[in-house]
Amino acid sequence: MNGLTLDIFLLAMMTAAAVWTVMRGSLLRAVIALALTSIALTAVMFRLKAPIAAVFELSVCAGLITVVFMSTIALTKPLTHKETLDYTKTRMKRFWLLPVIMALLGSALLYFTIPMDFNLAAPLETAKNFRNILWEERQFDLIGQILVILAGIFGVVVLFKERSKDEPQD
Amino acid sequence: MTQETAQLLRLYIVFLPLIFVAGFYCVITTRNLIRTLLGLEILTKAVTLMLALAGYLTGRTAMSQALIITLIVIEVVVIAVAAGVVLNIFRHNNSLDARNIRSLKG
Repeated sequence: MNGLTLDIFLLAMMTAAAVWTVMRGSLLRAVIALALTSIALTAVMFRLKAPIAAVFELSVCAGLITVVFMSTIALTKPLTHKETLDYTKTRMKRFWLLPVIMALLGSALLYFTIPMDFNLAAPLETAKNFRNILWEERQFDLIGQILVILAGIFGVVVLFKERSKDEPQD
Repeated sequence: MTQETAQLLRLYIVFLPLIFVAGFYCVITTRNLIRTLLGLEILTKAVTLMLALAGYLTGRTAMSQALIITLIVIEVVVIAVAAGVVLNIFRHNNSLDARNIRSLKG
């Protein structure tokens, strides 16, 4: 299998997993499909020479986010059998259009050729590795990340705070 | 641009909008709040892939990886907080239907 064939296979797998996530009736299976999308994305990122981001994607997106989604689903009430049947009927009415749109868009993108005669920027950072970029050039991003994480922790604490009995309900 | 790079770019030009459309369609069509978050995740994956591709094509993979890691951190925090909001909505309404929260007050 040459490189381009492998790229086609991985991207097709990622797209199929994304469509499966959207179309799947069961939320739990949709979350598993989302994890598969993340795994395919990880493989694509390895092919695009981004191994550190790929590992991060695999551990955080395919692992942590899947767990968060599964916990959320577990903490909500499942539908009854009748509700599930009604829901499936109305869902299919709303979602049947997606494969049609995707097939049309895919055909259009394959048919129309986009001029590829532009120049890409020359590699500027051949001497710099990931560590230099992250800790020296993008320090401000790290501060932003820390602030976002703290804001997230604060948000989750506020959302799940136990209310005292005297406190009025919203 | 070499022949190989042009082929690769063409391949991504076909697949990237498809993934983006799948996520966008999910967000605008679904009424289930958890599924809306799933759509948001798919959109984020398309953006992540775009960043990785941009880094690869311009030869600036280290910079693109730094940006991807920032994006993933933001994505996780957004999903964690949004999942908490969804759970609170479920506790109040006993439903995950987005139509039930249209008449919020205050």
